[in-house]
Amino acid sequence: MEVGWWGVLIAVLGGAIRIGTPFLFVSLGECLTEKSGRINLGLEGTLVMGAMTGYAVSLHSGSPWLGVLCAGLAGMVLGALHSWLCSFRRVNDIAVGIAMMLFGTGLAFFLGKPYIQPSAPRLPSIDLGAWSDIPQLKAALQINALFLMGIVVAIALAWMLKNTAWGLKVRVVGESADAARALGLPVDRIRILSTAQGGFLAGIGGSYLSLYYPFNWSEGLSSGQGLMAVALVIFARWHPVGCLWVSLLWGGAAALGPSLQSVGITGGYYIFNAIPYIMTLAVMIITCSPKRTLVGVPHELTVTR
Amino acid sequence: MSIAVPQTLNKALEPFLIIVGSLMVSMVLFGIFVASAGADPFEVYQTMYRAAFGTSFSWQNTLIRAAPLMLTALCTALPGYLGLIIIGGEGAVVMGGLFAAVAALTMPTAPPMVVLTTMAVVGMVAGGLWLTIGGALRHYRAVNETISSLLLNYIAIAVLNHLVTSTFRDPESLNHPSTHHIGEANMIGVIPGTDLHWGLVFGIVACVMTWFLMHHTVFGFASQIAGGNVRAAQIAGLPVGRLILIICFVAGAAGGLAGMVEVAAIHGRANDTLNANYGYAGILVAFVARNNPLAIIPVAVLLGGIRASSGLLQRAHELPDATVLVMQGIIFLVILFSETLYGRFSKLQKQGAS
Repeated sequence: MEVGWWGVLIAVLGGAIRIGTPFLFVSLGECLTEKSGRINLGLEGTLVMGAMTGYAVSLHSGSPWLGVLCAGLAGMVLGALHSWLCSFRRVNDIAVGIAMMLFGTGLAFFLGKPYIQPSAPRLPSIDLGAWSDIPQLKAALQINALFLMGIVVAIALAWMLKNTAWGLKVRVVGESADAARALGLPVDRIRILSTAQGGFLAGIGGSYLSLYYPFNWSEGLSSGQGLMAVALVIFARWHPVGCLWVSLLWGGAAALGPSLQSVGITGGYYIFNAIPYIMTLAVMIITCSPKRTLVGVPHELTVTR
Repeated sequence: MSIAVPQTLNKALEPFLIIVGSLMVSMVLFGIFVASAGADPFEVYQTMYRAAFGTSFSWQNTLIRAAPLMLTALCTALPGYLGLIIIGGEGAVVMGGLFAAVAALTMPTAPPMVVLTTMAVVGMVAGGLWLTIGGALRHYRAVNETISSLLLNYIAIAVLNHLVTSTFRDPESLNHPSTHHIGEANMIGVIPGTDLHWGLVFGIVACVMTWFLMHHTVFGFASQIAGGNVRAAQIAGLPVGRLILIICFVAGAAGGLAGMVEVAAIHGRANDTLNANYGYAGILVAFVARNNPLAIIPVAVLLGGIRASSGLLQRAHELPDATVLVMQGIIFLVILFSETLYGRFSKLQKQGAS
């Protein structure tokens, strides 16, 4: 059967899911953190630390799922540390985020040295393409279980932020710390909890890198997905389900360059990779104005003031 | 009357004590860390000192690493005077290096001095304009400058990778796509009597000049006013928009110069090694130096020394090369945390005095 351009479309779709999954988890984590009025630029370090922890635990225990859990816990510790430091007066969350990025990646490289060679058990994938005869479609529909969990988390997070008392508290703290204090809410504690949970999700995103795709542990594993999360959340307008779509979009954009090679278009590989950033910047330029702020932005966020 | 003297003393003493105290706390924390990894912390510190500042050779190693950090730190420190948090140093370095290399390649027959001057000017303009985009978006469209400069970093890296793999590619650079070499004759030489290239001098001069600009000129005074209160500055008739654009341009020019030095003194070509995280490390240097251009110099040297000690640490104690990254992370976290101590400390002293 002739695949050609259909092949490109299928490959982009598969790539969107494969490359987009780590984006989904870090962006959900960043989204929750930012909803509480904090920004965590250190998720890059959390991601790498999660990747290392997940790989090491999976190797030693033989269970990749235990690896995922421990990766999340490692991310949670880093997130809590970040947020605890930021809860002191005059401590700048952007600067601490960058320091956490260096600290997290440094710690992961330090502890992960012995795990560069051996091969750990891999996370399973679910075959949704068994009905198809086209090998490309089959490959694209090999969905990893973490992606499906990510969808559930995105929807659940959106629902909880909107409908639960806990979600309301997080949003109040993110909108106005003063109002939250007037209501008697423990602002710092809520932010620390939100950032720790955000770190948990980012750590899971990291374990995806080492335990599913590209499925190894090395120092060049992450290509900045953690830092990009900040831009992604803006693009998604601080909405968890938006994060799902934007992650797929960015994953698809990253898969576009390699897929087009199959139909003979080889140039512009790096430009395709930059499309997400250009789009985010364009969206910000179009929607920002000196007279009003972004729609959906938590007003306590230092980057929007 | 008697309080006046200790208060002025406090003002100078406070940052010094806090920084020294933070360094000591971080050394204790890092000592615990390496001890838990099975190394003797005291020996590790001895090795690090030897590797970073022990001999003239190690000093040179340290200073070579410190030079680009001084320049990239200015990318964040200068806009900091206006209350802007710009983290786009990486993009300015990449753009400066790329266009400096391209400029050199367009003039194959010119004498080296002309080539180098052109490279420096083109690199500075490229880096300056790149960072100015962020400042302009901030001023005219109220786009947050932190996020836009972060995005611009990635766009700059994409532009670099695209151009060195297509238009400006040297066909002989098979595994590592790069531009053509700018020619050995056009490389920046070393400072006579040392192995240090001139980048260090650029860094120090740039820091001193920007310090003078920000603290001893009308322009710097106006910028500090605008950084303190934008509305008040506008009411006083200060051209806030123009200040933002000029400061961002100067800041980006420093980053562009760092990129030019990377090309003209080290690699000889523009390629993805320009994207060596000097921009991100520079942000930390600026924060630790509390945006003071003069303080940037020693902080950059300290960070350069830590980075330079990585190799020897690995050989002497069988610690992974990432050990220095952990130490760097710990130091910066503690120093950033110490920001919260300012003010509390002097209050205690005053209460004790009265």
